[in-house]
Amino acid sequence: MKEYLEGSQAIAKVVALCRPGVISAYPITPQTHIVEGLAQLVADGELKVEFVNVESEHSAASCCLGALATGVRAYTSTSSQGLLLMAEVIFNIAGLRLPLVLTCANRAVSAPINIWNDHQDSVTVRDSGWIQFYAESIQEAADLHIQGYRLSEDKRVLLPVMINIDGYILTHGYEVVDIPAQELVDKFLPPYQLERKLDPTHPLTLGVLAGPDYYMETRFAIEKTMEDVLSIIPEISNEFHRTFGRNTGGLIEKYCLEDAQRVIVAMGSVCGTIKETIDEIREKGEKVGLLKIITYRPLPQEEIYQALKKVKEIAVLEKAISLGGFGPLYTEIKSLFQGKGENPKISGFIVGLGGRDITKNSIKTVFDKLSGKQTDCEFIDLKNVEIR
Amino acid sequence: MYKPLLSPGHTACGGCGQALAARLVVDIAGPNVIVVNNTGCLEVFSTGYPDSSWEVPFIHSLFENAGAVASGVESALKYLKKEDQINVIAQAGDGGTADIGLQALSGMWERGHNVLSICYDNEAYMNTGIQRSGLTPLDTNTTTSPVGKFSSGNIRPKKNMIEIASAHGISYVASATVGFPRDLQRKIKKALSLKGPKFLHIHCPCPLGWRHEPNLTLEVAKLAVETGLFPLVEFEFGKLINVYKLKEHKPVEEYLKLQGRFKHLLSPEAKAELARVQEIADGNIERYGLLVK
Ligand SMILES: Cc1ncc(C[n+]2csc(CCOP(=O)(O)OP(=O)(O)O)c2C)c(N)n1
Ligand code: SF4
Repeated sequence: MKEYLEGSQAIAKVVALCRPGVISAYPITPQTHIVEGLAQLVADGELKVEFVNVESEHSAASCCLGALATGVRAYTSTSSQGLLLMAEVIFNIAGLRLPLVLTCANRAVSAPINIWNDHQDSVTVRDSGWIQFYAESIQEAADLHIQGYRLSEDKRVLLPVMINIDGYILTHGYEVVDIPAQELVDKFLPPYQLERKLDPTHPLTLGVLAGPDYYMETRFAIEKTMEDVLSIIPEISNEFHRTFGRNTGGLIEKYCLEDAQRVIVAMGSVCGTIKETIDEIREKGEKVGLLKIITYRPLPQEEIYQALKKVKEIAVLEKAISLGGFGPLYTEIKSLFQGKGENPKISGFIVGLGGRDITKNSIKTVFDKLSGKQTDCEFIDLKNVEIR
Repeated sequence: MYKPLLSPGHTACGGCGQALAARLVVDIAGPNVIVVNNTGCLEVFSTGYPDSSWEVPFIHSLFENAGAVASGVESALKYLKKEDQINVIAQAGDGGTADIGLQALSGMWERGHNVLSICYDNEAYMNTGIQRSGLTPLDTNTTTSPVGKFSSGNIRPKKNMIEIASAHGISYVASATVGFPRDLQRKIKKALSLKGPKFLHIHCPCPLGWRHEPNLTLEVAKLAVETGLFPLVEFEFGKLINVYKLKEHKPVEEYLKLQGRFKHLLSPEAKAELARVQEIADGNIERYGLLVK
């Protein structure tokens, strides 16, 4: 059913449709509306779930971990400091191969404290063994949750999934969203079934000590699964398309890439602004395009390479930085061309940190700069003030 | 034939009080239990892949989150409507209970989860090499509270974990020791018969960290009680209901002299420090009325 909804309400409704058995979360802006929405559904008797109001994000993630290991689907959601406080558990959940779905309402990381959007929180835990999606719109965010559960619980996968949605822009923005019918979701997402779980009739030890003899193999197993995930994601998004009649999710999206000479690579809601800007620039006959990355982990290397290999000038636009290094995505996109025949000019741009507006003008500036000197890590829309 | 639920063949040190206590706990709890364990000696010596000593479902996640993981396990059992069939135990060392894991435990108790929390108190972080914790006694020689020219060991007495737990108003809080296994097992039984959060604090000598002979584990454990340094008490809903009474009050030296970690207290120059330790024992006896009058 199509409804005009706040992003967080849409996420809450869709999560409820996925029938989690345990929800555990801790408040942090801008994630709060999602869990408040779920709490209200529970209070109104519309969602039958154990709703555990824990005392920290570390415990929220741990509580979900315990529920999943006992054989019950779980959900949590957080932002920024909350995700960083969870970081230890984030790695642990992936290592235990537990299929948690977590919404990260992306927000800048303190200090200085800042509640507005960028991607520093989720990008910082990119090495944890989680599958990471970045949504452009509220509809895509909602759909990715349904796909996320399906993917995460797939027996070939059993890895947690983080759905990243830009704080405020998507969590507090309004959009007409198609919230699917329960029957369709039930058809697409079978009940949660975990073979290795805590069950007195089949006692198992989970979370063992693995020394130098075995540890490396556990990491290798996740890395192999991540490779498989790259073919399972399109499979699942295609089935989603067939079931719900909507083509969302997947690995990447190409926008005006066919003949493009200058291309921006980006993730998340900024892609909307980029698309509009591209339309305007194309009216003047300039061949510009966008490569939107939906799946950031595992990184769809081959798809990205194929999509970009004919492009002359590439800008990687990102809302995160490895301080003292470059933008993390920039480094990865650049590495895809190492040792290959093509040698495009690839520049890295940092935008929108701490919620700084990214306007059409910002995007135009980036396209303009692409024709100039190659840069590695240029901040866009920086003010001319010196702060130490 | 008796088949323990924590099998032998694990890698604990000889005479480990914690290994003994953990077996007593899980044997009484029986097979219908899920054990959640913080990081520490117990988890390390019993789960080295590809082996495991656990004959019951067991999960270890991290050092500080057994309280939260157990909350999730218990919530899942509720969701599955199995909460009456399966007990949940969340266990940890003294560090995992009283220091880094206290927040998650407090949260679990306050929310009222039907979980038995157990602290295996060996009075230091043993797994990482005998560093002090919040439950290390006054004047204990540990690797991070070493004795030296300007130090008589740990500068503060043990924090009163029992009363911290009891202040949550939960149904049952008790201390026990491997020195008195029957008393310990009675308390586990009682705890598991009650609904809601319960806490059992078990004193577990550690031959390696306490530097006593491995064959003295039980004797050392008993002396801790008999000197008044580790009182055995039971609280229900925040009220003291029972204590283990002492017929005589043994001086603390009898306990201290068996352990290398207190050796420095027995020199003639340490008289004043020794008196401070005796004062703690006397204080416990007074506070809980431990002596048979
Ligand atoms: C967050 C974190 N900090 C530190 C450690 C290192 N560590 C592992 S076990 C341990 C000590 C455990 O002490 P305690 O809880 O008293 O149990 P014991 O080993 O004495 O039985 C420490 C410090 C860790 N695993 N995780
Ligand atoms: S160090 Fe102490 S607690 Fe750890 S296994 Fe050895 S005796 Fe047991």
